[in-house]
Amino acid sequence: MRYISNTPAQQKEMLAVIGASSIEDLLVRIPTKARLSRPLALPGAMAETDLVRHLQRLAGLNAGADDYACFLGAGSYDHAVPSPINHLISRGEFFTAYTPYQPEASQGTLRSIFEYQTMMAELTGMDVANASIYDGASSLAEAALMAHSVTGRDTLAISRGVNPLYRQVVETYVEGLGLKIKSAPLGDGVTDLDALGKTVSKHTAAVVIQYPNFFGCLEDVRAVADRAHEAGALLVVVADPINLGLLTPPGASGADIVVGEGQGLGVPMSFGGPNLGVFAAKQELVRRMPGRLVGATVDVDGQRGFVLTLQTREQHIRREKATSNICTNVALCALMATIYVAILGKRGLRKVGELSTAKAHYAARELAKIPGVRLRFGAPFFKEFALQVPKSPERVIKRLMKDRLLAGVPLKGFDRAYKDCLLVAVTEKRTKDEIDAYAAALRAAVA
Amino acid sequence: MHSAKPAYDKLIFELSSPGRFAFSLPESDVPDGDPTTLLPREHLRASAAELPEVSEVDVVRHYSRLSQMNYGVDTHFYPLGSCTMKYNPKINEDMARLAGFARLHPLAPEAASQGALRLMHELARDLAEISGMDEVSLQPAAGAQGELAGVLMIRAYHLARGERRHKVLIPDSAHGTNPASTALAGFSIVELRSEAGGEVDLADLERNLDEDVAAFMITQPNTLGLFESKIHQITEMCHAKGVQVYMDGANFNAILGITRPGDLGFDVCHFNLHKTFTTPHGGGGPGSGPVGIKAHLAPFLPTPVVVKRPEPSADAYALDWSRPQSIGKLQAFWGNFGMLVRAYTYIRTMGPDGLRSVSENAVLNANYIMKRLEGDYDRATTGPCMHECVLSARRQKKLGVTAMDIAKRLLDLGFYAPTTYFPLIVEEALMIEPTETESKETLDQFCDAMIQIAREAETDQAVIHQAPLTTPVRRLDQTLAARQPILRWRQPQ
Repeated sequence: MRYISNTPAQQKEMLAVIGASSIEDLLVRIPTKARLSRPLALPGAMAETDLVRHLQRLAGLNAGADDYACFLGAGSYDHAVPSPINHLISRGEFFTAYTPYQPEASQGTLRSIFEYQTMMAELTGMDVANASIYDGASSLAEAALMAHSVTGRDTLAISRGVNPLYRQVVETYVEGLGLKIKSAPLGDGVTDLDALGKTVSKHTAAVVIQYPNFFGCLEDVRAVADRAHEAGALLVVVADPINLGLLTPPGASGADIVVGEGQGLGVPMSFGGPNLGVFAAKQELVRRMPGRLVGATVDVDGQRGFVLTLQTREQHIRREKATSNICTNVALCALMATIYVAILGKRGLRKVGELSTAKAHYAARELAKIPGVRLRFGAPFFKEFALQVPKSPERVIKRLMKDRLLAGVPLKGFDRAYKDCLLVAVTEKRTKDEIDAYAAALRAAVA
Repeated sequence: MHSAKPAYDKLIFELSSPGRFAFSLPESDVPDGDPTTLLPREHLRASAAELPEVSEVDVVRHYSRLSQMNYGVDTHFYPLGSCTMKYNPKINEDMARLAGFARLHPLAPEAASQGALRLMHELARDLAEISGMDEVSLQPAAGAQGELAGVLMIRAYHLARGERRHKVLIPDSAHGTNPASTALAGFSIVELRSEAGGEVDLADLERNLDEDVAAFMITQPNTLGLFESKIHQITEMCHAKGVQVYMDGANFNAILGITRPGDLGFDVCHFNLHKTFTTPHGGGGPGSGPVGIKAHLAPFLPTPVVVKRPEPSADAYALDWSRPQSIGKLQAFWGNFGMLVRAYTYIRTMGPDGLRSVSENAVLNANYIMKRLEGDYDRATTGPCMHECVLSARRQKKLGVTAMDIAKRLLDLGFYAPTTYFPLIVEEALMIEPTETESKETLDQFCDAMIQIAREAETDQAVIHQAPLTTPVRRLDQTLAARQPILRWRQPQ
């Protein structure tokens, strides 16, 4: 076994030191009737060359974004990933370390997380960000729980503009505590403010919207913030940080907590995980935040250093009274995002937003020229839009696969009301040629 | 003596110089692309985010230097108990980065995701066989989320039977996530004492088992590194009262191919793929925490479930959403797929004999360390241990040297530290998990260092109290960090 270092001779030597005649002697505590009396029924060990061939074959059965022009979004996006990221995160000192319990031997991880916290706070317009949650959806669930604990209220008002997959995760997380969820309907692509007003009361812990929302439309965050705050509720905004190099940060529009999916920031789509749950909040809420926080301090010589801090919020100390059960988070994905933001920087991130906007709007214009095809909503949108098509979206998708196009996400599975729609995402990576090919193929498919 | 200045003390923001950049983006190739005309003004940032302006070489050198401020398994022995810091095979990384996996969108049509779905289906079957469970969900993102999923399924199971059980029993030696996950699922926690030998106190269990108890949650082997030898009795006692038994699988590395939770009577167990199945720890994740269950809990599995359709067809694998009693979703998509590829690669590399050999050698290594150190440190338990050993520095503490001091001194001697002060029931605990991938030579070097520290505690405490001297920074002021939290960088005024 190549990952086991001890030779049979060494195993014997070690057993002699221990005073055991065999490894079996060390397992005496396991009762005979607890023993598995046969080998595990698993395929036999494979040589590396065979295994590589096998996995290449499995990978080859998938429509990866290298071979298809990917117009899929809905929470995972095909943004360009600069080369240095993979090289840097693959350094064993980052890759094979764990939670920085011994800060003196973990300054690399701690410093990178401190940089990450700064970047996320800056992009979201909030005071503080934590070291990460699993993904955008679980991050939103944690925000809902935090709003409940901060306000002592037991109802959430969640816009139907929030990703339905995220809403499902919130439902799972709050079920045990018995929190109630009220749904605020959409008007023409954005949350209907009057209807929202009716779902908000003195029992509302938080109002939740997404910006841009699941359908790509731009919510009036400030107006929703005012409604939430009038009722004494917190405003939680779901936002993808990659968009916030260009768009107004929710923190500037009155958000109390900003959560979101940071996958676009240099993390591969990887069939939906691991992702990067961003979590940021106002300063006064910091002691109620879930997850790890890195803070600056000094060492005994007065040198700057970094440590995990405010740990009395966390499960390993507070156990059942902790602010969250989270332990392992997604530090390596946070490192990818940190390096991504460092590379794109002040101007690059804005440019990613500008290119996405330009290409998405060009695509929307070109696609809506096709007879029977139209934008489902009239509200202003950013890089994603719902496209109504005159034929079954599933058939359109199948047809466009032949032209190496992933045309969009069918909305039927998310909301029956939009069963004739595709959700189309256009990142900075898409080219005019790809968009034109999409338009031509769609024109043929619906003709 | 330590030099006053650390080798490197920059943050990326401090390398910033206006006008410098590292990105490469194409010019827009579409007409009419001005965002100020496409988007209403109020949606555009009033001022640019304050982000670094650095070159690519700045970025590469900065993060390379930061990495050098870390200890990792690739560079150091990392005996962090309960965390299974084994070697992470490089082939796993190559496989997870195959374009058909790494650049696959989660909502690509099922027909165009068959390779990924098949891998997930096979991995779930493999984990079911390894654990003796009937079904496995790969969706939980880490151990704590696996716990939450498991406890929510137990809750749903009782509710479906019309029973409102509101308590969960947890031993005092448990990981902190156990009570935290359980409280999140709405249960109140009853803490059970461990008996003097470190196992579950059956009398205390008996006293606390009643019709309000939904579950008993234990770690097997437990956090003292002991196999709970009366496990059949425990699961039978629980089942007699309608109580479900949950196994925290953090210590699965001790039992691969030797014994299976399903055969011991457990109803639920989670796995930590980042521990047992070699997916990298990444400085604190991502992990992956699949949860296995017995058939009676299958209706409550998180959705969607990866299924294989019976009839032979090109698109045999699918995501099944039709589980009306499901506890719902835990993360937006299907699980930490990148980690699943790595774990699958590892299981196929090892095969059944290899996996058993993993646990045998993990147990051998832990017992070897325990034997070599038992003269110099107090043992928390008697008899052989499983994959990790728990020692106490209470002897050293009487001399003025704590478990924390020992941890810091180890850093100077070229080792990461064991887990300290856990489990909570052991005074000055040092929890040492060597894993099977370490050689006798490495274990000997570590034991020599531990024995050296024990001698220093008797004769030369200064060298311990000054430690660490060789790390990029020395002991850090935790109190200051918590009292005046500085959680982000700001431009100096």
